This record gives sequence, structure tokens and C-alpha cells, in this order.
Amino acid sequence: MNPIAFGLLLAGGAALAGALAGVVAPAKVRAAAVGVLTALTGVGGVVAGVAALDGERWSDELTGVIPLAPAPVAVDALSGVFLLLIGAVAVAAGLYSIGYGDPSHSDDRGVVLPLFVAAMLAVPVAASVTTLLLAWELMALTSLILVLTDHRRRPEVAEAGIWYAVMTQAGFLAVLAGLAVFASSVGGEAFTDLRAGAGDLGDGTRGLIFVLVLIGFGSKAGMVPLHVWLPRAHPEAPSHVSALMSAAMVKLGLYGLLRVWFDLLGGGPRWWGVVVLVVGAVSALYGALQASVATDLKALLAHSTSEHLGLMLLGVGAAGMLAAEGKGALAGLLVAAAVLHALNHAGFKTLLFLGAGSVLRATGLRNLDAMGGLIGRMPVTAALVAVGVVCAAALPPGNGFVSEWLLIQGLVHAIGPEGEGSVAVAVSMPLAVGVVALTAGLGAIAFVKAFGVGFLARPRSEAAAAATESPAAMRLGMGLAAAVCVALALGPMLLTHALARVVEALPALGADDPVRRDGVGLELAAVPGSMSPFVLAVALTSITVGLVFSLARRRTRNRRAVPIWGCGGVHLDPRMEYTATSFAEPLTRVFDDVLGPQSDLAMTPYAESRYLIESAQYRREVPDRLEARLYPPLIAATSWWGERARAVANGSVHRYLAYGFLGVVAVIVVIGVLG
Amino acid sequence: MTGPAVGPGSIAVMAFQLVVLVLLAPFVVGVMREVRARLEGRGGGRIGQPWRDLRKQLNKEALRPESSSWVYLGAPRVLLATSLLLAAGAPFVSTAVPLDGAMDLFALVSLLLLGSVALALAGLDTGTAFGGMGSSRSMTIAALAEPTILLAGFALAVRVGSSNLGALIEETQDNPGSVISPAILLAAVALALVIVAETGRLPVDNPSTHLELTMVHEAMVLEYGGPDLAKVELASSLRLTVLLGLWGNLFLPWGVATSTDLLAVCGATAVFLVKLLGLAVVLATVEVFIAKWRLFRVPELLAGSFLLALLGVSTSFFLA
Repeated sequence: MNPIAFGLLLAGGAALAGALAGVVAPAKVRAAAVGVLTALTGVGGVVAGVAALDGERWSDELTGVIPLAPAPVAVDALSGVFLLLIGAVAVAAGLYSIGYGDPSHSDDRGVVLPLFVAAMLAVPVAASVTTLLLAWELMALTSLILVLTDHRRRPEVAEAGIWYAVMTQAGFLAVLAGLAVFASSVGGEAFTDLRAGAGDLGDGTRGLIFVLVLIGFGSKAGMVPLHVWLPRAHPEAPSHVSALMSAAMVKLGLYGLLRVWFDLLGGGPRWWGVVVLVVGAVSALYGALQASVATDLKALLAHSTSEHLGLMLLGVGAAGMLAAEGKGALAGLLVAAAVLHALNHAGFKTLLFLGAGSVLRATGLRNLDAMGGLIGRMPVTAALVAVGVVCAAALPPGNGFVSEWLLIQGLVHAIGPEGEGSVAVAVSMPLAVGVVALTAGLGAIAFVKAFGVGFLARPRSEAAAAATESPAAMRLGMGLAAAVCVALALGPMLLTHALARVVEALPALGADDPVRRDGVGLELAAVPGSMSPFVLAVALTSITVGLVFSLARRRTRNRRAVPIWGCGGVHLDPRMEYTATSFAEPLTRVFDDVLGPQSDLAMTPYAESRYLIESAQYRREVPDRLEARLYPPLIAATSWWGERARAVANGSVHRYLAYGFLGVVAVIVVIGVLG
Repeated sequence: MTGPAVGPGSIAVMAFQLVVLVLLAPFVVGVMREVRARLEGRGGGRIGQPWRDLRKQLNKEALRPESSSWVYLGAPRVLLATSLLLAAGAPFVSTAVPLDGAMDLFALVSLLLLGSVALALAGLDTGTAFGGMGSSRSMTIAALAEPTILLAGFALAVRVGSSNLGALIEETQDNPGSVISPAILLAAVALALVIVAETGRLPVDNPSTHLELTMVHEAMVLEYGGPDLAKVELASSLRLTVLLGLWGNLFLPWGVATSTDLLAVCGATAVFLVKLLGLAVVLATVEVFIAKWRLFRVPELLAGSFLLALLGVSTSFFLA
């Protein structure tokens, strides 16, 4: 049996068994059963993904899944890398959920979780428009149900759910419209038909398909300005669901874009690349900026997802530009960088969301300003989150550093020493490098803030002071994610063949073999450039460990703990510590015009004297300005339209029958005129 | 292109270079203090004073603040480790160092950032307002400096077609005329401004300040003492030395050996010392004539240098 088919069968079977266990298993073992079966679903995805990246192919036509038509499925290396990614995230999240979810307090009985994983796995497997859309919609619905898990306990969940539902359905409509235009223009809906017919389409049709599909897949990928659902839905969902959504689901937007752009449509003109590069750059910067001023830990992580997906889109956009100019080798390098970054991001974002869930479970807090001192109370969680922070801030020796390095190499080499290439490339690539660098810097701020304010120093609230370490299952889930991060950081050179296969699966790039393995290092194939994350990591670790055991070891062994310097004051209150808000204050001032922070100071003087202040209230918010500008008019227009529509639908059955009759007449007339 | 072969010769060069830089770094700080003192009409210490300070601190008892964690204890070591790695791995006296193929300009920048992040976390770990203030400010400056460094690196890499440090230096040695091209000059100025910001020199930060509210680097390390402070001080002098040396080698690459030949390495070391001391004297002299800027003027400086670097890249394309 084909290993891909085996893996997918395992995933499907485990998902159904998991859903069943969510219904019938006794309450005591339900969480464990659902968690293990969800993890097993993930294992199936990993098996299939690894097999596909190893060079296996599989395609089939399933009958009976969709009425009236067979459902073609196919797995190539591009599908494989996303199967692997989703599967791996699901393994960690599934195991973690055993310790996290207390089913007696939750509306979710665990039925939906394995189904959500299975639906995500179905998306890259689908090989026709109908199958893809069906899987896509199933994924959206199951994730929506999971976002709403806690809606009885917290009313704000409902609002997040509405935002998510509207955005995901709007995105679905855009994908539907784009693919419907595509399918009807080539006269077939299987991917093989689309591939064959794409060459005969006119430029206008191709452009229309691309824009629609970009909007649809981009909204899933958190592309600005369609990102508004991310910072709402991710924080409100249970943390293992946030991890699945943020680390795995949003990547399917990237998958869809790559699949349609470079595979089904067979590449496109340069302006497509420019558009994607620009929205990617804007998303990356905006997400990074919002993350660095956020005080809600999970919202910070959600904004950071928007940032990293922006970086991936930036890479893919630049690849599109270069591919259109015939520089296939560099385009391949950039796509490889984006795909590797997707894998890396899945690793560290899973770890960080699970870590945030541990904190939330132990303290009930998401607000960084109330945390602190968790490193002493939750040492394992803190150490694992520290790994995630190094990776997410793109610092060596973390995994995020490797893929951002590849991305920068791809951008830098787009302008060669001979100065070839178009002016558009010459103008956009330096700016793109600037964006990537600024994003990396802002990301470092965001994660220094998240870890430094959340875990270090002294607790700023009683809830934080009373925190305890998470149960073993949660530590296991986080530990797995951390192990994957470390493996990706040390061994990217082992992935070069897999990346080459992914790039090969996208013939429109005209590239092969973007990165080569050079001993324990990475070497760029098409352009000069080499780096060895393994050597750097080993050197850095050994020097650090050497320093711990060398210089003045004798004197540092038994350190005396002494009070910190209080400028002469004896009592230092935790209230005097720097908070997340104060940490980000200089940055907020520097980016004043972009962020538009709102502050509010209310002074209440004593009645006898206006110079003596009885109380002062200070409030400061950094609202999402894009959202505040773009969405209220849209929402107002929609409500207005809804109000008007009320007149049409007044509840009279006769009226509705009349509408139906008129509709049928109209269709007949149209057919008569056109036919 | 592969990096130079790892052999006993190149490893010896790496070790030699590391020893030279570590021994030299506190003297660089000493020279700069001496130059400033003389120009300001003060007597000044002697140039070996930073070394004597280090020795004294290493012999003191190690303490740790209550409520601090392993992050506080680990940060000086990570900071020093990144500086040592750069001192060993980047080409200072010879381009034939074994880490040349394992590290390039962009990896070097990230290693520097790792050191800054470690120290910023330590500043937050102490739980004092000063520590938090220092790390908040230093991270803001580091984040804004990041684009300029990478763009300046881009401007250099475009000309050579590689961001590998050894390749950059050898290319300039082969084509000495290219140093006075507008692209390289703009990149040189941009990188110089960033080095000033990254190493906490005037006008961005005052390395000799003791007024808490104006401090950046000093506020972060306020709680450190004894051997830990020695590590932080050694690391920051090493960072300064590494960055100055790198600037010197990238823009004035003459004299850097391209082999592990003993004579060439000795000659290169002498030239490197001259370059380094020259740059230190120039930087110290400039510092005498300027005052520290407000923190919120610093972004203007960094934005300016970003623009210079961007112009550098553009001119390297359009005037090539």
C-alpha cells in the first residue's frame, strides 16, 4: 500500500474514532481518548507528508464522497509539506489538550477537535475545485465551532466568533468565485483540467482569478487589511485550538496561493508578484508593530502570526516577480525560504501558544501587565517558552533565523553584481530587505517584552504569584514542539532535498535545487552564499557553557541573594516594575503616526482645593487603526442593507412564493434570450 | 563558493585572532577614554585602566539580586559568548578563518542582536524600574538600527554578489578603486552611524554617564557586579572592537591576510592594530564635540542612516 494512502487512511480513521470517543467515552477518560486520537490523526498526516516529501506520489478518485461526481485527490511534494506541518502541530496540540481541557467545564466534548485536524489535512489533498472548497468549508466550520468553545462563560467569545465567521465566509466566497471563474473558463473542475486549460485563458481572466483567489486565501493567511479576525479569534479559542489555527490553518492560505499561482495557473505576470510583495510587506510590518505594542499575550502571538505570514507572502511575491523575469533559480530560493519559514513558524508558534495556554490555565491571565515571576513558579514552561522566544525573534541559533536568512539571501541576490534585472526589482528588493530587518527588530521587541514581562522579575498580581506548573501532558505537548524547533534549527541542511522537491512541484518557477547541503552547513545553489546554523549553534552553546564553568567559577558557585538597589528606598513594590505597556512606550512614540495611541487622563481634585489630587485615572489604548478606519463604514453599510432587506422579507408566505415564481420566470427568460 | 578549508593553520589563525581581540578590547576603551580626557583638558587614567578594573571585578564576590532567575545569570555569558564567537569567526587579521563559510554578514548581525536581547532580558529580570527602562530603550534602538545594518550589508553584497565577509574583503582588495564609489561611501557612513548606536556611544548613549534617567546600556547592567559585571564590560568592549575592526576591514581592507601564512598574518595584525586604534581615536575625538541626544531624536538619526543605506543600494544599481 502506498505510504501516503496509508497515512491518510490512518488520519481519517483516527479522526472518526476521536469524534466518536468525544461522544461515547466516559467523562473521566474522554479528554485522554480524544487527545490521543487527535494526535494519532496528526501522526497520519506526518506519515503521509514525509512520504510525499521523500518522493512518493499518490492520486485517486474517491467516489461517494461528493454526490454526483467523483472527488479527485492527489498528493505531491507541495501537499506533502503542508500535510507534515498540520500533522506535526496536531500531534503536539492533541497531547497537550489532554491536560488542558477540563471537559466538565467546557461545552466542547472533544467531538470537533479531531474533525478539524482531518478537515485541514483534506485541504492539501483535494485535487478538484469542489473537493477543495468542501474541505475548506469543513475546516472553517469546525474551527468556528472550536473558537466558540467557551462562549457560555465569556461573552466576548461570541463577538470574536462573529468576526471570524464573517471573515472566513467572505474569504470562502472570494475563493469560490475565483475558482468558479477558473473552472468555467477551462471547462473542467479537476486540477488536471485546470492545469491543462490555464494556458489558453486571456490575461484579464487570469488576473481576475488571481485577485479573487488572493483575497480569499490572503484573508485566511492574515493578510492586512483582512487580518482583523486573527487577533480576535486566536485569543478567545482554547489554547491548543489557537495553536492549531495559528500554526497550521493559516498556512493553508499560503498553500492555496502557491497551488493556484505557480501550479494551476502556471505562473503570472510581474504585477501579481508586486501586489503580493506589497501586501506581504505591509502585513509583516503592521503585524510586527501591533505585536510589539500588544499587552494581551495571546493577541501578541496572533499579531505575530500575521507578521510571519506577511514575511512568507513577501518571499512568495518576490519569487513571483523574479519568476516573471526569468530568474527561476532565485524564485525557487525565495519559495523554499517561505516554505521553510512556514515549517519553522509552525514549530515555534505551536510552542508559544501552548505556553500561553499553560500560563492562562495556571493564572487565568492573558494580560502581560499583571504577570511576572512565572519563571520560578513554572520553570519547565518558562524554559520551553524561552526556546520558542529565541526562535520566534529570529535570533540565532533558533529556527526562525535560518529561514529569515534564506529569505534575505534571496532578496539580496536579486540585484546581481552586473546590475541586471529590472528597475522594479532594483527598487523593491532593498525596501523588502529593510522591511524584513525592521520586522525582525520589532519581533525581538515583542518577544523580549512577552518573555521579560511575563515570566521574569516579580509577580505583578496575586494570580501570577499563585501560579503552579502545568500537568505532564501539557509539558509533553510543549516539549514535543520545542524538540521540533530545535531539530529544525540544527538540521535545516537535512531538509534541502525536501525543499527541492517542493520547488520542483511548482514548474512555473522554473527552478530546481534551491539550497544545497554542504557538510553540516547550508549552501545556496544558484548564487554564492553559505551559512551553517549547526556550527553557529554548537559554537555558541559550547562557549556559553564553557563560560559558565570557567571564569571565576569558584566565586560564583554559592551566590548570595541580595536586595536590589532601590535608590535609597527600602521597600520596592512590584508596581514599580516595568510593565509591557511601559516597555513598548518608546516604540509607541516613535511610531505615533502609524499606531495612533489614545490616552485618557482624568484628575479628580479634592473639593477644598483644586491643587490636591484625590485620584487620577490614566487609560491608554493602542487600537487597530486600519480596522477602525476600514471596517465601521463597511459594517454600517451592511446593516443599512440588512434594514432595507427587512421590507422585502416581511414574513408573508405569499410574497415568498411570488419571489420564487418571479425568479423562475426570470431564469427562463434569460435562458431563452441567451440560448 | 565554499569557505576556506578547515585545517590546523586556519584554526591557529582563529585562536590567534581571538586572543588578540580579547586582549586588545579593553585597551581600545582605555585609549578612547584617554583621548577624550586629554581633549577635555582632564588628566585621565592610563589606557590599561579597563583591564585593571576587570581584574578587580573578577576577584570580587558574586552576588545575585533577590527575585532574579537563571536569565540574569546566563545573560552576561550569552553576551560574552556572542562577542567571542564574532571575534573568532569574522575575518580580522586573515580571511582564512574556519568559520568564514559558516557565517556571513547577516548572521553576524543576528548574533549581535542575540547579545542585545540577552542583556535586555536580564535588565527586565532584576525587577527594577531602571533595568526595565534600559532594556526598553536599548531594544527600541536595536530594532530601529537593524534595517540600516542589513541595508548597508546589502549595498556591500550587491557589488560582490555575496554577503560572505571574506569574499567582501578580498573583492575590495582586488578592486581598490571601488571603495570610493558612491554606494560604498554611503554604506560606510550608514554603518558608522549604526555602530555608534549599537555600541552605545555618543550621541545615542553616553558610556560614561551615571545619571540614571539618561542611561541606556548602564541602566540595564545596573545590578551587575563582580565577575558578572566583568563579563558584561569585557563583552561590550569586545563588541565595540569587533564592530570597529569590521568597519575598518570592510571599507579599508588593505593589509588583511588572505592565507594562513605566518608572515602575512603578523603583518596583517600590525596593520589591523593601526586601523583599530586610528578608528578609536577618531570616534573618541568626534565624541568630545557632540552632546547626547534626546532618546526620541535617535530614531531620526537612524532613519537618516537608513536613507543613506537605501541610497547606497540604489546607486550601486543605477550607477553600476
